[in-house]
Amino acid sequence: MKPAPFVLHKPGTIAEAVAHLAQIGDDCLVLAGGQSLVPMMALRVAYPSDLVDINGIEALRGISVEGDKLVIGATVRHARFYDPVEPGPLGKLLSGVVSHIAHHPIRERGTFCGSLAHADPASEWCLVAVTLGAKLKLVSQNGERLVAADDFIDGAMSTTREPDELLMEARLPLLGGSARAGFYEFNRRAGDFAIGMALAAYDEVDGVMRNVRIGLGGIEDRAARNAAAEAVLEGKAPAEALFADAGRAAAGSVDPMEDATTSADYRRDLSSVCVERALAAAASATK
Amino acid sequence: MERHPLNLTINGTPYAVETEFRKTLADTIREDCGLTGTHVGCEHGVCGACTVIVDGKAVRSCLMFGHQAEGMEIETVEGLEQDGVLHVLQEAFMDHHALQCGYCTPGFLMLAKGVVERGEDLPEEELRHLLSSNLCRCTGYQNIIAAVRAAIVAFREKAAGGVEQTA
Amino acid sequence: MNGEPKIFGRSVRRLEDRALVSGKGRFLDDLQPSGCLSVAFARSPYAHASFTTIDAEAALAMPGVVAVLTHADLSPLMRDDRLVVGLPSKAITLQVDRPVLAIDEVVHVGEPVAMIVAESRAAAEDAADVLDIDYEPLDAVSDCRAALEPGSATVHRGHDHNCLATFDFAFGDVDHAFSQATHRVSRSFEVHRGAAVSMEGRGVLAVPPDLDGVLSVWSSTQTPQALKKQLCQMLGREAGEVKVSMPDLGGGFGPKLVTYPEEIAVAAAALHLGKPLKWVEDRREHFVATTQERDQAWDMEMALDADGAILGLRGTLIHDHGAYTARGLNIPYGSGVTVPLPYDVGAYRLDVTVALTNKVPVAPLRGAGQPQAAFVMERMLDAAADVIGLDRAEIRSRNLVRAEQMPCVKPLKLRGGTNVILDSGDYPATQAVALEKAGWHDFAARQRAALAEGRYLGIGLANYVEGTGRGPYETVAVEVQRTGRILVTTGAAAMGQGTETMLAQIVAEQLGGDMSNIVVRTGDTSGSLGFGGFNSRQTVVAGASAQKAACIVREKLLTVAAEMIEADPRDLEIVDNVVALKGVRDRYVTFSALADAALGLPGFPLPGIERPGLMASEQVLINDMAYSNGTAVAEVEVDARTGQVHLKNFVLAHDCGRMVNPKLVDGQIIGGIAHGIGNALYEQMIFDADGQPLTMTLADYLLVSAAEMPRIDIHHTESPSPLNELGVKGVGESGVIPTVPAIASAVENALAPLGVRIASAPISPQALRNAIREAEART
Repeated sequence: MKPAPFVLHKPGTIAEAVAHLAQIGDDCLVLAGGQSLVPMMALRVAYPSDLVDINGIEALRGISVEGDKLVIGATVRHARFYDPVEPGPLGKLLSGVVSHIAHHPIRERGTFCGSLAHADPASEWCLVAVTLGAKLKLVSQNGERLVAADDFIDGAMSTTREPDELLMEARLPLLGGSARAGFYEFNRRAGDFAIGMALAAYDEVDGVMRNVRIGLGGIEDRAARNAAAEAVLEGKAPAEALFADAGRAAAGSVDPMEDATTSADYRRDLSSVCVERALAAAASATK
Repeated sequence: MERHPLNLTINGTPYAVETEFRKTLADTIREDCGLTGTHVGCEHGVCGACTVIVDGKAVRSCLMFGHQAEGMEIETVEGLEQDGVLHVLQEAFMDHHALQCGYCTPGFLMLAKGVVERGEDLPEEELRHLLSSNLCRCTGYQNIIAAVRAAIVAFREKAAGGVEQTA
Repeated sequence: MNGEPKIFGRSVRRLEDRALVSGKGRFLDDLQPSGCLSVAFARSPYAHASFTTIDAEAALAMPGVVAVLTHADLSPLMRDDRLVVGLPSKAITLQVDRPVLAIDEVVHVGEPVAMIVAESRAAAEDAADVLDIDYEPLDAVSDCRAALEPGSATVHRGHDHNCLATFDFAFGDVDHAFSQATHRVSRSFEVHRGAAVSMEGRGVLAVPPDLDGVLSVWSSTQTPQALKKQLCQMLGREAGEVKVSMPDLGGGFGPKLVTYPEEIAVAAAALHLGKPLKWVEDRREHFVATTQERDQAWDMEMALDADGAILGLRGTLIHDHGAYTARGLNIPYGSGVTVPLPYDVGAYRLDVTVALTNKVPVAPLRGAGQPQAAFVMERMLDAAADVIGLDRAEIRSRNLVRAEQMPCVKPLKLRGGTNVILDSGDYPATQAVALEKAGWHDFAARQRAALAEGRYLGIGLANYVEGTGRGPYETVAVEVQRTGRILVTTGAAAMGQGTETMLAQIVAEQLGGDMSNIVVRTGDTSGSLGFGGFNSRQTVVAGASAQKAACIVREKLLTVAAEMIEADPRDLEIVDNVVALKGVRDRYVTFSALADAALGLPGFPLPGIERPGLMASEQVLINDMAYSNGTAVAEVEVDARTGQVHLKNFVLAHDCGRMVNPKLVDGQIIGGIAHGIGNALYEQMIFDADGQPLTMTLADYLLVSAAEMPRIDIHHTESPSPLNELGVKGVGESGVIPTVPAIASAVENALAPLGVRIASAPISPQALRNAIREAEART
């Protein structure tokens, strides 16, 4: 299990990186954390002719709050989120979610943006980005563009990134003071890919839920918000029975994947308990 | 099969080698630097047998290319023993029968070194979660957990003793 | 034993560990001789296909490629195209031995078809990618029941069915038993296959003869003697012309006991090319090229009287053999023997059918047929308890073989024809310990309280009896060398169990008690006849030989010392590395001086001994097996919404005779239980109906990690085996055998309010959730 040969480029700047991408084209891939790409190369399901290793680019390493956004650079590693990266509810949510991503040594290398670019349907960060409405900044020699996470991910392991573009940062909206967020993931062993997971976020205003966002991951071919579940909840007071209704609404509206070990039917069934438990976690989360 | 010069620092020793870009850090350490204590168990980042420390962080050396580690400080199992004195973690693994075939052992040692050297008593669940990073087929983990726990205490005591001596 | 043991029975540190914790182990891939070339195998992507040509032109043109070898290239170098390694049995009607490289047909995904020799493994894999083989896909069958149906695709061309063998077990009048029964219970079960997943895969290094004419082969094998025999046979070399060595093994767990085509191919190619060659199995290959085990389908029926006594047991077993014979009928045979072992069963009849399938060949994997048998028997007892209305522990107590029956002759034969005789133990007492430690008797109250909160707690138990110490012998030589150091040499194979430490403790007990003065060489094939490591045998068979050899050397030491000190041997004692006059500290002779003296001097008689040297090489013959026993109790909580099973508690009370090193025994037990937990809840080697494997990475094939393991609570009882002087029994497979049925019992117990039954293993969350939903729909 050795990767096929390739040429490694180690640019020091974003300009150099996108120049490589522009010049080489389709067979050139970006190497950030490499925790998904390298195994795919070892298994010879990925055969890039060239890798552009962006780990040496200083400008991509930062994480900061700009206005009401958390800006996450392309090589910010999962482990950066262990301790809350900002003092509000978002920092706390991300700190909880990161413990579900693979294992510690993977988190030391793997990156937030790399997860988005890889677009695994079971990626926790894809779920977070889609549910919370992240905007992604892509850069190429032709300039920069901002894309909503939901538009960026267009299927299992598939994105709308052009071959000459580099995902340079993710901009995640902060959660306000009245926000509550909860996450639940189901898998068979610690650190495994999610078979199903849900993220629930809402603002609690005068005892009712507003701006409800329910996202499901691992169930469908991409992380996606579930409008049916959100509709059940919007404007209502949080309650266990209502959460169960939302779960059922989600199960009734998802289009689940099927694979060798997990049926679509099981995923559909699972989506309901994921939503319910994510909501319960949100409701019990201390502000 | 084009090879490229590569300078690595492993356990404080510089190595100048020539390798293909595609060669993983694990294979580079083993084949080009001759340090075979780091083992390869799956080559796809799941088993953790190849865990080494790069710039202070425990990582899977099968998921990095050797050329990505240029200029970084790499620590492997061979560096744990200092001046003929074993690391408390190595002693604890022997005392607690935390290894059988020993193939996964270097990976577990490098995985646990960080938490041991912080001397911090993790709650049981967190320690298990950390150690769930690596796979062992022989031991059922119980003795590995016990050994790491004991090493945390031993490291702290040793550090406290060291402070007293110098004070 | 001479008085109170000093070393034997103590949890001393292992001799193996100092090197292993320091990165100084020497595993197969750590051997890097200069000029060594790498081998990759091109393997069949089809479960069944024929082919006529292998076009290697493009592969040969790849950079760094030295050779591409196919069956046509290797055949002239070998005396046989196929590797015949199966244990003999008259019941086998289809001869399906593995070709070294596929000839014109492949019968499972992963079968080696061609070998590529290159300057690096990566270059060899590049070439394998472009090798052009004109496969013609053929129909395949992957399920063992389907394979036996009329009209099934055949696993091999030219056969008209897939039934490799049929045989049966029978004792007592089973039909009469059923006619007399108050209760009858019938159930069907399926157990699925898993992979060994030793952390180190297989691997072989072959160095062609230099000046000495000896072909040197290193292999990550549990049976170096068997490999040597096959190499001699296949390559037409005498024993003195082949040297087989065992490096450190990164685990074995059974599949490394088989000799493999790759080992022969690499050796043959090294001779052919005149270059050292190394092949190291990668993880993906491990899932398709290393033997697997446990696919079986059972239909069983039990007859009981009004009090729950087992009058009779009958049924059928279909055993999945895989595509080739890699070992023989030993697994289904072992299953059939094991079913009624712990209990008094009045009459028994089991009809066994062994089916070929287009899957990886089957050979023993930790437990070797015994875990399936325990699953079936224990599930049947739970079913019977349910029907009769007895507590699950009570029905077992009423039927377990009792202490006063020991030694208990079972109306069953081992595969070699000798009787099955349970040698020692108190099975009901062992069960009582497990129940007490696990809180069995007050569990119902905890269960009710949990259920009131909507939580499904369950408890389950399972008994096992493990046949250990498979004979006939293993050689151990003990020698006090001129340095005074003791060398122990054996054909016993160490794969991580602590074999060196075990033998050193036995020898040290007789020879001064200084473990640091003992060097153990395992896996010796030059002077040690024997068989290697499998079947939890080495502590029993090699232990017995070590004990005998050490005692002989002890006598020699005392005799020579008596001559030198001019004392009566009975007044001498061995302390550390000297022989001294009891109580007189300055009257002693060192081992070194004794070893020197024992070799003699020209013109002088030997010092009291009949042969020169302080050495003995022994092969104690053992035909009967030593039976370990135990009881596992598992406590679980089932998440009814997801089907996930959480293990809350796990207790094992067991008896493996006298323990050489209790800490190592615990290690074997816990490791076995972890494997069993995998078999119960996580590990399944999945193939689709066409024989395509679907779980070929460690992200898909799920091994238990530290997070899933409950704390394991172990309780020892020691009933010495009367079959060997040390009183020891084996323990390597004990943990794995009762774990699946104990967990299945607990899960079923947890979901009793819903009426969910567990009839297969592993238990996946999806299957369990589906069963829960069906049950909920019924109510």
